[in-house]
Amino acid sequence: MADYEIPETHEFPIIPSIMEGAMAHSIPFVAGEEFQSDMGFPSPEEPGQLIDGWKEKFLELMEEKLSKYRSLQVFMDICVKCGACTDKCHYFIGTADPKNMPVARQDLLRKVYRRYFTFAGKYFPKLVGAVDLTEEVIKDMYSYYHQCSECRRCAVFCPFGIDTAEVTMAARDMLAMIGMGQKYSNQIIPKVHKIGNNLGLPEPALVDTLEGLEEEVEDDIEVKVRFPLDEKGAEILLVTPSADFFAEPHIDGLIGYAKVFHATGVTWTLSSKASEAANFGLFIGNYEHMRQISLRIRDAAKELGVKRIIFGECGHAWRVAYNHLNTLAGPWDFLDQNYPIPQHILEFTKDALDRNLLNIDKSENDHMTLTFHDSCNIARASRIGETPGSQFTTPRQVIQAVCNNYHDMAADTTHDATFCCGGGGGLLTDDLMELRLKGAQPRMESLKNVISDHGVTHMAAICAICKSQFTKVLPYYGMTMDQIVSVHQLVSNAIILEGQGGDEAEDSDEAA
Amino acid sequence: MSALSILYVILFYVAMITLVAGITNKLLQYKRVPAPLKIAVTPAPLTKKGVVYRFFTEVVLFNSLFRATKWTWIFSFMFHASLLLAFFRHLRYVISPDSFIWPLVNNMIVQSFGHYAGFAMVVGLLGLLARRFFVDRVRYISSISDYLMLLLILGIAITGLGIAYVAHTDIVQLKAFIMGLFLFDWQNLPSDPVLLAHLTMVLFLAMIFPISKLLHAPGLFMSPTRYQIDNPREKRHLSPWGAEIEAKDGRNA
Repeated sequence: MADYEIPETHEFPIIPSIMEGAMAHSIPFVAGEEFQSDMGFPSPEEPGQLIDGWKEKFLELMEEKLSKYRSLQVFMDICVKCGACTDKCHYFIGTADPKNMPVARQDLLRKVYRRYFTFAGKYFPKLVGAVDLTEEVIKDMYSYYHQCSECRRCAVFCPFGIDTAEVTMAARDMLAMIGMGQKYSNQIIPKVHKIGNNLGLPEPALVDTLEGLEEEVEDDIEVKVRFPLDEKGAEILLVTPSADFFAEPHIDGLIGYAKVFHATGVTWTLSSKASEAANFGLFIGNYEHMRQISLRIRDAAKELGVKRIIFGECGHAWRVAYNHLNTLAGPWDFLDQNYPIPQHILEFTKDALDRNLLNIDKSENDHMTLTFHDSCNIARASRIGETPGSQFTTPRQVIQAVCNNYHDMAADTTHDATFCCGGGGGLLTDDLMELRLKGAQPRMESLKNVISDHGVTHMAAICAICKSQFTKVLPYYGMTMDQIVSVHQLVSNAIILEGQGGDEAEDSDEAA
Repeated sequence: MSALSILYVILFYVAMITLVAGITNKLLQYKRVPAPLKIAVTPAPLTKKGVVYRFFTEVVLFNSLFRATKWTWIFSFMFHASLLLAFFRHLRYVISPDSFIWPLVNNMIVQSFGHYAGFAMVVGLLGLLARRFFVDRVRYISSISDYLMLLLILGIAITGLGIAYVAHTDIVQLKAFIMGLFLFDWQNLPSDPVLLAHLTMVLFLAMIFPISKLLHAPGLFMSPTRYQIDNPREKRHLSPWGAEIEAKDGRNA
């Protein structure tokens, strides 16, 4: 473990006093020419510089954004600086840097908006805190708009619903257009376009992985559970984050989906073309990229002739799928209208549980006491089920249907007040490790408290980024990386398939 | 008519036109700009009725602010509720006794509540101001204009209380002046300094309304995270410019 100063955790949350410039040094790698041009973004003559005429370009882009996004236009105008959001961001709580207060983050763009687009800012800049657009301001934006995970916790508490994520997305897109794209996201998106997933895992490798999984599961439970790829005529297309194909604990979740499908007897398939649920187009605020990534799923669904689309456990992917797939890649008139389009895997599993299609032995999870981490994009930007707030109840109902021991974390850190894992929104990269560790503080704090007060042993999540982030940060906070589990991993443990056997011995090993 | 009265007649018209035209212009601008994507902050209502209820809890009870910070909520709620009561009380000066709403305005309840609301307003404003000075986070995000705005409204409240309790003005003449503005039959304005200070600050506030953060009042209703219905899977949402992109490559066909 590299050496970082880890924030303390407490029995009760403490809001830090501000420390100006505490995270000014946090600057993710800027995308070089190759990645910028792969994305269709301009690249400056020298790396790290801005393109010629950047200032005019930026203001031009801003005018365009303001005329295309009502959210941005309204949010720039209506903030009253009441301070309701100032202590709500996990990055502020973890770093104490005042520019990580949501309103201050918005102000990086708002003060430029005021200077060039409002009467008061044009004629009385000092009065309203308007500033000229300088390279200094751009650098500040690049740093702090990459210290926002677009988790929307601030928007929940804002009296006007001002969503910093909207501002961050707009700013990132404009920065990319003047040569300051972020390397991590710009490196990943072209892989999705070209190969089909964020990892750049080509079809043969995917075939290999899935065959391996089939063997592994058969060795384990003596039932042949299939992991089909590109099977035309299957009923369901499963779109899942590519981390589910290789990372822990993600892969155990994938095994869970497969077992549920197997038990319910539906036919399903993965697609090599749409072998990725993630859509980083959201993170970088780029409608076109987000649309192109979404359209792969439309193409795959048409080619394979499926009737339904189901998404695996992934937070922002579900946000895009739930809210935007219809907008970006619809209309979906060629799919079966009797099911939600798209559907979440938890909706499918919950329904199967309700209809008693799954044979569950809850005691298989008795070696654990679970808690549940509401992922930000699921909690505040989507729904999983029929009623408002079912994104909170559905996962908990499924967990409690397959586990005997469960305890929630503190109420002001769950449901729509949940804390981001610290790695969302395109920040899950090693060059932002310090930020990720500090941003995880509020979640780690509530987890630690529920561990010490209620004997919780594991935290379940339904987001690939959360799972990866926690795997990395848990050890820094004195816990172990295997304390984060997939929700469908719990389902997988408890489900007893027809003809299953021979795993008793192994289970008792696990328990020990 | 005195020169002073002529000046205030002009100021009144300019301020009212600025206020109405400015806000209309801003709202039209918000309406013109499309919301390309569904971004309701969830849990969000599934129906229009639900959205109305959501706005009720936000506009009347300041629900989100209550969840965020109790102190700011107390002071803010005190201020806004007092503002509303004071507004109702002031209707007496712009409504003719012949009007059918006169009994609704000129009664014990509205008049006495409105009378004391001034004090609550001052307390609320002082609380909000104190936060800007004493909470380091709020101090950091405050511009000069944020302080001045509170001081301006504080000035209005204090001069208002001054007229009500200390330096009474010729209220009959004031009403004649106001009614004259509506009927284009201009009358003299009483020239007490406290009244003039009160009116000047009110007119200034009206004029800067459309170019300041006071836009939060109408703007709240145009906030997509709050007004959008949570039905993206059931109903396809597409902006005009989104549709243009689609038409170009035909990939959604």
